[in-house]
Formats: sequence, C-alpha cells, structure tokens
Amino acid sequence: MPSECRLILKHADEPGYTPDIECYARHGGYEVLKKALTLPPKNLSDGKTINPPEQIRDDVKLSGLRGRGGAGFSCGLKWSFVDRKSGKPIYLICNADESEPGTFKDRQIIHKDPHQLLEGMIISCFANDVHLAYIYIRGEFPEGARILNRALQEARAKHFLGKNILDSGFDLEIHVHRGAGAYICGEETGLIESLEGKRPYPRIKPPYFPAILGLYMCPTIVNNVETLCAVKHIVAMGASEYARLGTPNNTGTRIVSLSGHVKRPGYYEIEVGRVTIGELINDPAFGGGLRDGRTLKAVIPGGSSAKVFKAGEKFRLKRKVEGKDVEQEVGMLDLPYDFDSLIAAGSMSGSSAIIVMDDSTDIVEALANIAEFYAHESCGQCTPCREGSLWMSKALHRLTHGEGRKSDADYLVKIADNIPGGRTICAFGEACSWPVQSFVAKFREEFVVKGAADEERRAKENKTAEPIAKAELAVSSRH
Amino acid sequence: MSFTVPAQLEAEIDKLITHYPVKRSASLMVLHSIQENFGWISQEAVEWTAAKLGLQPINIYELVTFYPMFRQEPAGKYQIKVCRTLSCALGGSHQLHKHFCGKLGLDAHAHGLQTTGDGKFSVEFVECLAGCGSAPVMMCNDDFYEGVSHSKADEIVRSCA
Ligand SMILES: Cc1cc2nc3c(=O)[nH]c(=O)nc-3n(C[C@H](O)[C@H](O)[C@H](O)COP(=O)(O)O)c2cc1C
Ligand code: SF4
Ligand code: FES
Repeated sequence: MPSECRLILKHADEPGYTPDIECYARHGGYEVLKKALTLPPKNLSDGKTINPPEQIRDDVKLSGLRGRGGAGFSCGLKWSFVDRKSGKPIYLICNADESEPGTFKDRQIIHKDPHQLLEGMIISCFANDVHLAYIYIRGEFPEGARILNRALQEARAKHFLGKNILDSGFDLEIHVHRGAGAYICGEETGLIESLEGKRPYPRIKPPYFPAILGLYMCPTIVNNVETLCAVKHIVAMGASEYARLGTPNNTGTRIVSLSGHVKRPGYYEIEVGRVTIGELINDPAFGGGLRDGRTLKAVIPGGSSAKVFKAGEKFRLKRKVEGKDVEQEVGMLDLPYDFDSLIAAGSMSGSSAIIVMDDSTDIVEALANIAEFYAHESCGQCTPCREGSLWMSKALHRLTHGEGRKSDADYLVKIADNIPGGRTICAFGEACSWPVQSFVAKFREEFVVKGAADEERRAKENKTAEPIAKAELAVSSRH
Repeated sequence: MSFTVPAQLEAEIDKLITHYPVKRSASLMVLHSIQENFGWISQEAVEWTAAKLGLQPINIYELVTFYPMFRQEPAGKYQIKVCRTLSCALGGSHQLHKHFCGKLGLDAHAHGLQTTGDGKFSVEFVECLAGCGSAPVMMCNDDFYEGVSHSKADEIVRSCA
C-alpha cells in the first residue's frame, strides 16, 4: 500500500499546530540548529581536521539531496562550486517564488511551518559561511511575507539570528524580499537581478554562474524552500539515514502538488521513487482516481513546462534487476515518481507538480492556455523566446477561436523547435517549447482536425459572403 | 499634483533600505510600500523613489512597466484577481471570471484590468497563484480564496463593504 511519508510536512496539518515559534519549539524546533552550531571538529587519521560547516556540506553531498525547485541538481555539488577563495561575501537566497503553474508546495511550508524553513536556512548559511541571506517570495504571497517577517522577528528575539547566534560566534541576518508578479523571477539569475532592484533579466552563463558571480557579483547560493527544509532533516538524521529514504540517486522525500481532474487534488509528501504516477492519481491515499465516469487523457508530470504524457503511453527504460541492467517496458502510470525515471521517459519531475486531464479536456485549449502563460511571461531579452512564445500563443489562440488552419500543427512545431538548444539565455526557452512540442507530437490529430474544420467552415462562408464584402476583402489583402 | 510621503511611511522605507548593502536593491520593496499606501504608482512617485535611492527615474520607471503587480493608474478599492492558468481553467476559473464581470457590469472579454464606474471593484485575470489543488482560486486584495463557487463569489462581493 503506497502511503505518504511526511518529513517536512510532518506537523503542518496537525490540529493545533501553529506557525509561531513557541509551537515550533514544543515540537523540537531549533534543536537541530543548536546541534549544528556545536558540532565538534572532526579529526581525520591523517591529522587533518574538518570544521563543522564543512562537515555539514559533506553530509548534504552524501545525502544525495537534489534541488526541489525544478532542475533536480545535486545540492551538495552546487554548494561545492561556491567560490570560497574570492574574499567576497557569500550570499544565500531562498527561492520562494513558487510560480511554475501547477505547483503549490512551498506555500504550505511558508504558511504553516515558517520556522522550519528559517532553521534550514540558518543551518545552510552556517554551513556555507553566509552572513546575509534573503528570502525571495513572490509578490502574490502577501500573507506569506507577513508570516515570514513575524517568524524572523521571533527568531531574532530568541537569538537564532543576529550577531553571535547562541554564543557560537556565527552572525547572520535574513530579510524578506517581495517579487511583483513576474514568473521569470523564479529563474535564479533573473531572481538575482530582481533582488538587485532591476528588471529580472536572466544573466548569461557562463560567466554568471551564481556560485561565482551572483548577487552583487559575489558568490551566491540559490535554493528552493523545500531544499532548504530538507537540509535541516539531513543534519538531524544524518546523511546516510536520510539517503535511506527514497531510492538510489533519488533520495529523501518530496512534496508533490497534484491538481486537475482528480477526486482529491492536494499536496502529498512521498519518498522519492517509492510511489508511481498511477498511484498518485488513483490511490485513495492520494488523488483517489478520476471523477466518476471519466477516463484519463493526459498527465503533465512536473509543472507546466514538463513534456506531457498521453494516457496509455509506454516507455522502454533501463532498470537494474538483480544487479544487471535490463531494458523493460514501463507503462506511463507505472513510472516511479522520481527524477531519473521521468527524465528517462522523456519528460521531467520539474517542480513535482502533476496536472491531470481527463477525457473532457480539449487538448488544444489546454495547450493554448499554457502557451498564453509563456507568451505573457517571457522576459523579452532573446528574440527566439520573445517572438516564438508569442507566435505560438497567437497560433493557438487562432486555433481555439475558429480561425485555425490544417497546417497549424506543423507551424507550431516549427516555431517550438527553433527556440531551445542554446539559442536563449535561460531555460525558459526550453520551458515554453516543450509543452508545444509534446502536445502536438502526442495529440497531433486533434490539432489537425480542428484546423481542418476551421478551414472548411471558412471556405463555405467565403462562398456565401456578400460580393461587396468580398471585394473589400480583396482590396484590403492587397495592402 | 504634489506628492507627499507621510513621515511614517518614509520611516518604514528608510528601514527597508537598511536591509540591503546596495540601496538600489530596495526598489521593489519601496514600490510595494508606495503602492500599498497610495493604491498606484504615479510619475511623481517614480521620481520620488528614484531620488530616495539615488537613481535616475528611468531605473524605477522600467520596473513599474515590467512587473505586472505594479499599477500606473488607480485600480478599484477591491481588486479581484482570478487565476487564468491551466489547473484553475480546468476547474472553471474562466466561468468564475465571467461571473464576476457579469455581476459587476464589466466586459469579460476586454483585455487587462477592468474597473467599475464607481471605482469600487476591479477584476483581472492573473497567472497561477500557487493554489492549483483547490481550483478555481482568486485573490481579493491581499486575501486568498480557494475553491470559489459562484455563490462564494457573490458572498465575497457582498462582504466588500
Ligand atoms: C523559467 C524558470 C522558472 C523557475 N521558477 C522557479 C521557482 O518558481 N521556484 C524555484 O524554486 N525554482 C525555480 N526555477 C529554478 C531555479 O532557477 C533554480 O534552479 C532553483 O531555485 C535552485 O534551487 P534548488 O537547487 O534548491 O532546486 C526556475 C527556473 C526557470 C528556468
Ligand atoms: S529565454 Fe526567454 S525568459 Fe529567458 S532570458 Fe531569454 S527571453 Fe528572457
Ligand atoms: S493554476 Fe490557478 S493557482 Fe495554479
């Protein structure tokens, strides 16, 4: 029986659990921070000593923790890239922009257990020699920002922040910074620009890797809310204990946001890879199945940027069976929900947001909705992305408003194919083309049929159109 | 039109600026403070903010024109933001938007923010509000509402005294 495994959301929904520091303390809050700050230096057999921050960094690496924001990059490895020799200050930014459509997990942590995030952040800052950190929270979370500010005040009053925290000699200040409604602020270099008070234009990499040239051109760590919470649990449990959760290379727990046409949409924390997509959708412990009388049509497995899966799709995946690599056929619903399986199946777990669509869904409308989002949110720096996202949205608008063409399916793919692959500054280029490429590839018929029907209808209308109107049309089309 | 910032607001803004090693970083937070106080960001407010942060007005103006939450003209006293994006669309948010517009006498098909003649309500579509599991979702000013049925929508409108 698959079930939730609540580590980060352990207390969040318990009756009587409140976001204030007293409640957090009653549940063991800030004990892990105390442990981290008082770790003894570790002496190695070769006479070298490893100081406490380095021990924590090693633990995070050993834990196998992968970023929960979207890319799933190893957190320990990211921290190891930080330039610690530059002599410049190192900054840490918590990415609380939560703006990938379908995703609503960070909101739960911020609203219900803000001190857990702060504790994770303070430990991560201690581990990385950071003395000034920010929480970049999306502008549409005004209540979340107030909750975090209150939590910060409480933490300062208890001396978990400020100078010489708990007499450890470690100083840290954290501030809340609010965005103002732009999706691209979730991209880490766009976020940094925004935090510098500018338009959130993503920076080109190289050379602007945040670990080297981030905020104010100083080494900077950007981590998602959930990633930073996981750090607290890694320090609490120890790296190997944490790594026992989940599956190899996909360790720990992850909060899945499930939305769309299921009976029980919501957020579910699972051991990574120990629950399948089908279980998440159909099991009574999770989505509880589709609405009565409906059948599954499509699943977007990792936020709106992720490539769509069609119901009934099958994949050939390499798997380890009794230590040997074998190729196996796996149905879409049987895919374990983890980073690697979804990549192997041609999509991604992204921000771990699953959007379920049943047979009542007009697939062309659904893609038009997504495309409009990207057309609105492109920052406009790169021509392929700025123009391409708009063209795709316009073509889809046409196609959903009776003005489609049979050739629109090809037209859409042609545009989508020309945006990603190193032609743009940031991964938004990929993010806006993947839905179009995958929707059209997998549901091509629906696009063609719709366009063809529109063409036919227009041809008929043209024949019966008033001669004067026709003449006017002919004149206007000459200009 | 003269633009004066109340002393208390200015004190709040001065405090915000101390949160950053570089003044310019405070721009978004200062603009939020101004918009919360005045309801929108006027040309004078842009100039005031720029002067406050030691910047050129263009450095602030380009933010006001880029970030969707900042307003260059007044909006209604109650601002209704309905989520437009996929999960909410699957859950009926477009019908909800139409319902609000119908109820308040606004054009559901017009682009962008719509405000009633008496300046009491504005309705607009916004992108995913990170509440997709309880679609359709919306905000009315700073308050967030989930699973909004049409009758709940009517209640929200009624409660805006
Ligand atoms: C267009 C775009 C939007 C993104 N939006 C978010 C977001 O809203 N929240 C987030 O945590 N990461 C987002 N990311 C990923 C961040 O760039 C970054 O990888 C992440 O914050 C790193 O944290 P992690 O390693 O803990 O996952 C986005 C990336 C792109 C390309
Ligand atoms: S890819 Fe798109 S969003 Fe990213 S920098 Fe270029 S124009 Fe902006
Ligand atoms: S799609 Fe409406 S809140 Fe996410």
